[in-house]
Amino acid sequence: MLILVLKRILLGFITLFIVSLITFVGVEVLPGDACTTYLEREAYGAALEACYKRLGLDIPAYERYISWAIGVIQGDFGYSLSGEMKINDVLGPRVKNSLVLASASILIGIPIALLLGIITALWRDKMPDIIISTFTIFSMTIPEFISATLLILIVAIWLEWLPGIVIVPTGASISELLPNIILPVVAISMIMTAHMARMVRSSVIQVMASDYVQMAILKGVPYWKMVFKHVLPNALLPAINVVALTIAWLLGGVVVTEVVFNYPGLGRLVIESISNRDLPVVQALAIILASIYVIINLIADLLTLMLNPRLKSLQIKK
Amino acid sequence: MTLVIKKEKPKSTFSKIVEIISTMASRPSGLIGLIILVFHVSLAITSPLYAPHDYKAIDPSLMLQAPSSEYWFGTDSLGRDVFTRTILGGRTALTVTFFGSLIALLWGGALGIFCGLVGGKIDDVVMRIIDAFLSIPWILAMLLIVSLLGTSTIVLIPALGFFYGKGIVRVARAATHDVIAKDFIVSARARGHGNFSIIWNEILPNVRDAIMVEGAMRWSWMLLGFSSLSFLGFGVSPPTPDWGLMISNARGLMSFAYWAVLAPIFGLSSLIIGINLTADAFAKALGIDRSTKAPV
Repeated sequence: MLILVLKRILLGFITLFIVSLITFVGVEVLPGDACTTYLEREAYGAALEACYKRLGLDIPAYERYISWAIGVIQGDFGYSLSGEMKINDVLGPRVKNSLVLASASILIGIPIALLLGIITALWRDKMPDIIISTFTIFSMTIPEFISATLLILIVAIWLEWLPGIVIVPTGASISELLPNIILPVVAISMIMTAHMARMVRSSVIQVMASDYVQMAILKGVPYWKMVFKHVLPNALLPAINVVALTIAWLLGGVVVTEVVFNYPGLGRLVIESISNRDLPVVQALAIILASIYVIINLIADLLTLMLNPRLKSLQIKK
Repeated sequence: MTLVIKKEKPKSTFSKIVEIISTMASRPSGLIGLIILVFHVSLAITSPLYAPHDYKAIDPSLMLQAPSSEYWFGTDSLGRDVFTRTILGGRTALTVTFFGSLIALLWGGALGIFCGLVGGKIDDVVMRIIDAFLSIPWILAMLLIVSLLGTSTIVLIPALGFFYGKGIVRVARAATHDVIAKDFIVSARARGHGNFSIIWNEILPNVRDAIMVEGAMRWSWMLLGFSSLSFLGFGVSPPTPDWGLMISNARGLMSFAYWAVLAPIFGLSSLIIGINLTADAFAKALGIDRSTKAPV
């Protein structure tokens, strides 16, 4: 059991190591580097060399990778290009803002998703399922920027209930943020809820069709007791992993949603740093976002492991 | 997944396609999906023939006109006809994502079958790298590539094709694993067939369905990714009409000119829903259940 957990954590680190290599090599191989993009037309002769020297780009790539990697392990991402600020100072408030947004969406989204998933599964192909499923399929398929734009148009412009765009400084405190983030949270949790509700639905339907549930029905176990004691524990277990993958996949959507609502989080930093060609910040963001993905998946694996006694003795199936 | 039994009288490819399409159309959701998809594809092919106005003609005197008999969907902030731009707006998106998914399908399928077949060390290493690629958010990787190499279709098609193919590698590999232990592979080996012949004649017919369904699903995700890039200003460059770009341009003024935002929203949403319904129906017609899979 302990070995299995350690193995998972080790695999996560290997993945992160490869991610760091990919981003580093990618930036290295693609034409243009920090200096040519920063200096643009003046990128020749003495100015270019001075810039290389200033940023330390004149030493070989593998040496730069090693010193960069050592810094990252110690929690230091180096300096950004455009503002010449420490990347840690740039990232700090952004990470906090994105965490506030993400945790609010997850806290609201997961209970609703469970409820909707269970309702649609228990009333499969009846009215509640048809209505909810149509809604979930719509909000799953439509791109985030469209649902966010429609939300602003309807709620903020036509109904004038809420402000359409978040106007808070990057360093705002949580209590300043919360009243402003209602619409972004609705936009993100709508898509997330839809994805998860579909997973829960199909998982519950599968378990309902299994032999032991049929057996319980035949034995005369009361319906709701059967649902809560026999179906749900078994149905929600496999859903955990899929839900984790979905959350991680939605990171990309969060970037777009933050841009639509002008929210000062990691997502907008992605766009800003790429527009400014601030490659050191882009590399830092790649590592951070990949770590989030790896950590979420690790938590999901460990949760499934803890909740499922059968897996404790077995190897986890790949 | 159905196993292909060689002794059965082989059907022609054409009659198989007709059979699959009629199965897809026999369910209402599949029929709706097919109709939307056919509508969008024919619109994309023929729209330049009957577009009522010039999509790039800027006329400040016609700025932000409400829908009228002359300008069916009104005009945008530069006085361009929104109807013209909406019917033309899917052309780039459809072309780029269609060829992108084709590339994704080919390289993802090939690498997946290869990994499933050889196994061992090579398989381990490749799958680790694929896992690492999966953990970089698509948007960051795409933005990085596009910002360094430019936003032309020549860059976008292979970049999208590469990034959306990595999920197909896993599916193709898993499907190959299911087939590889079957008796007919063993007997093909015993008959002395080489690896290439086994892949082509024995494995491919049995994993093709799973890979094609996966490719069809990728198409709708790729369209979502492509239009997100356009929306963020990293996709199609103006003045080419594109729905993502139109939405992003018209968004700031939507409190007085909602038509300029609603028309491209309708175009893009209907196409994505159409492709999704079609891909779902395609999966069901081939007997592949992908309801519990995560969108990775």
